[in-house]
Amino acid sequence: MTTFIQQLINGLSVGSIYALIALGYTMVYGIIKLINFAHGDVFMAGAFVAYFSYTGLHLGFFGSLVVSMAACAVLGVVIERFAYRPLRKSTRIAALITAIGVSLFLENAGIITVGAQARGYPNMLPDTAFNLGGVTVSTKQIGIIALTVVMMVILQYIVHRTKIGKAMRAVAYDPEAAQLMGIDVDRTISFTFAIGSALAAAAGVVYGAYYSAIDPLMGIMPGLKAFIAAVLGGIGIIPGAMVGGLVLGLIETLVQSLGFSLWRDAVAFALLILILLIKPEGLFGKHAREKV
Amino acid sequence: MKKPLSVVTALLLGGALLSACGSGSGTAGGGSGDTIKLGANLELSGQVSAYGSSARDGMQLAVDEINQTGGVLGKQLQLIALDNQSDTTQSTTIAQKLIEQKVVAILGPATTGNTMAELNVATDAKIPIVTPTGTAAKITVDESTGKVNDFAFRTCFIDPFQGTVGADFAIKDLKAKTAVLYVANDSDYAKGLADAFKKEFEKQGGKIIGSESYTSTDSDFRTTLTRIKGLNPDLLYVPNYYQDVGKIIKQARELGMNQPILGGDGYDSDTLVQIAGAQNTNHVFFTNHYSSDDPDPRIQDFVKKFQAKYNRKPDGFAALGYDTVRLVADAIKRAGSADPVKIKDALAQTKSFDAITGTMSIDRYHNPVKAAVVIEMKDGKQVFRTKIQPTT
Repeated sequence: MTTFIQQLINGLSVGSIYALIALGYTMVYGIIKLINFAHGDVFMAGAFVAYFSYTGLHLGFFGSLVVSMAACAVLGVVIERFAYRPLRKSTRIAALITAIGVSLFLENAGIITVGAQARGYPNMLPDTAFNLGGVTVSTKQIGIIALTVVMMVILQYIVHRTKIGKAMRAVAYDPEAAQLMGIDVDRTISFTFAIGSALAAAAGVVYGAYYSAIDPLMGIMPGLKAFIAAVLGGIGIIPGAMVGGLVLGLIETLVQSLGFSLWRDAVAFALLILILLIKPEGLFGKHAREKV
Repeated sequence: MKKPLSVVTALLLGGALLSACGSGSGTAGGGSGDTIKLGANLELSGQVSAYGSSARDGMQLAVDEINQTGGVLGKQLQLIALDNQSDTTQSTTIAQKLIEQKVVAILGPATTGNTMAELNVATDAKIPIVTPTGTAAKITVDESTGKVNDFAFRTCFIDPFQGTVGADFAIKDLKAKTAVLYVANDSDYAKGLADAFKKEFEKQGGKIIGSESYTSTDSDFRTTLTRIKGLNPDLLYVPNYYQDVGKIIKQARELGMNQPILGGDGYDSDTLVQIAGAQNTNHVFFTNHYSSDDPDPRIQDFVKKFQAKYNRKPDGFAALGYDTVRLVADAIKRAGSADPVKIKDALAQTKSFDAITGTMSIDRYHNPVKAAVVIEMKDGKQVFRTKIQPTT
């Protein structure tokens, strides 16, 4: 029983990280219908910016987190401005291929600037482990789960309760009509990228702190897993990304705890294929009309 | 994501080949003169760059020393060290480049996979390769035919030996009765050590109560570790490289697992301590080729010279890199010629060569017979624990 609860906690922590990345993924998709494959690499950039602001500039955890989120927000806007905006009128496959190109660019730029080798991540957060009747829970795990929930709530609030959120939903619904109504579509999309990338940065920092090692290719696997999580929950739907991430984390943990550790990734991708075959709109994807 | 990545690899490879062609024409016929060229195909960047960079520093020190004392056969040695980016495809390309530059032997790479990648190229060109730290048995002996690979040599002992020494140490010194193996399924190195460990551990009356695997791109080991925790073994045998092992040590300790964790020379990097956290490395042990704390005067002399040049303590890779150059230089001297094939023959006949990592002879499988040390981590520092002589 304690082992089961321990595995549950392990699964929730992994799932929260997937969810945190998936939130940004799904939001960008919700607005411009682009699967931003560079998202996982913005996540990596975020982890590195925080690493250098923490070790080089001694900004502390929250300072580094803010600097990293701000830097990645700018990075996201720049990527959108120069890589995706010129292609907004072209086919979706062109934009998708560009996204993969941006992803590879960021990975290799990372290898050139910081080197390919993994480096240890500083211990940014107090790391106390509680032992509750044989089950170990660390402050980091609690922090990750809490952060993910808070981020999801903030995002829900921005999209559904603010003016810019209203603009985002309008652009998602019909960009041309939105423009006719006086909404600055370019600005709204830039804003979406800024928020999505800042979220990726936050996820990167948390990932680094949790696993204590980062490298320029660290974003590939979590990025793909977050993509699965987003599709699982219904891509474009914010609570869906959260639930999709947690479900994926729990399923992976289940597979591993039954002793099939090598099957973990295979099961995750099989899940993607299954969901695309059976219920492509995802778990939460009933009302496809208001996708944000 | 597999496809686009391979496209990039292809592009990089294409570029490397083009530049290889460019430099090849320039150096054609430039192999003679007053220097003997030694090629070094090493991991200077990428996943295991810590190994390659250390090995290169050791090699350079040996080359400088030999040149100061008059070189070999009256000629100066020249070390051409190129970066294979810890990548098997690049390793093949780099080997070709070095052969085009008329090196008489290739030293390196530091890992088994990358060494295997250059084996055919070097054998076809009849250039001996000497890996300082490629420990898998199959480098020198073909797995399927059981035949010795004529041109492949090494300065280190082989995986089975590390696993055997590890099991011996686990039973006699740590008094472990049960163990769990936790192995990277995509690493020949890890699997080789684990097999030998299992054989010796069971032979001496120990019990392997569990065997788990993962792939080396994983970051989250908590689930499997929680499973292992439930088995409550006396010892974890985790014979992998520092990047994964660092994470595994940290996550195991966070789950409250305080068992000794034992592995091989892949632990030998400061990055392991950085990732795992110094306090978590207590009760971590590994078998290695050498320890800079070893009281042996030859080793202390080497440590002093290395520190004077590079301002840090030499690790096992540096020591073996140093020995590799000296071993090849010794072979050239005994062969009386810098002809690659003659060097190969001389290497195979090495007897009681006075290497700093232990007096060694090359056996009929092209493997050195020499001693191994066990190192214990104490608050992130490596401490010499014991030295184990070869039993064969």
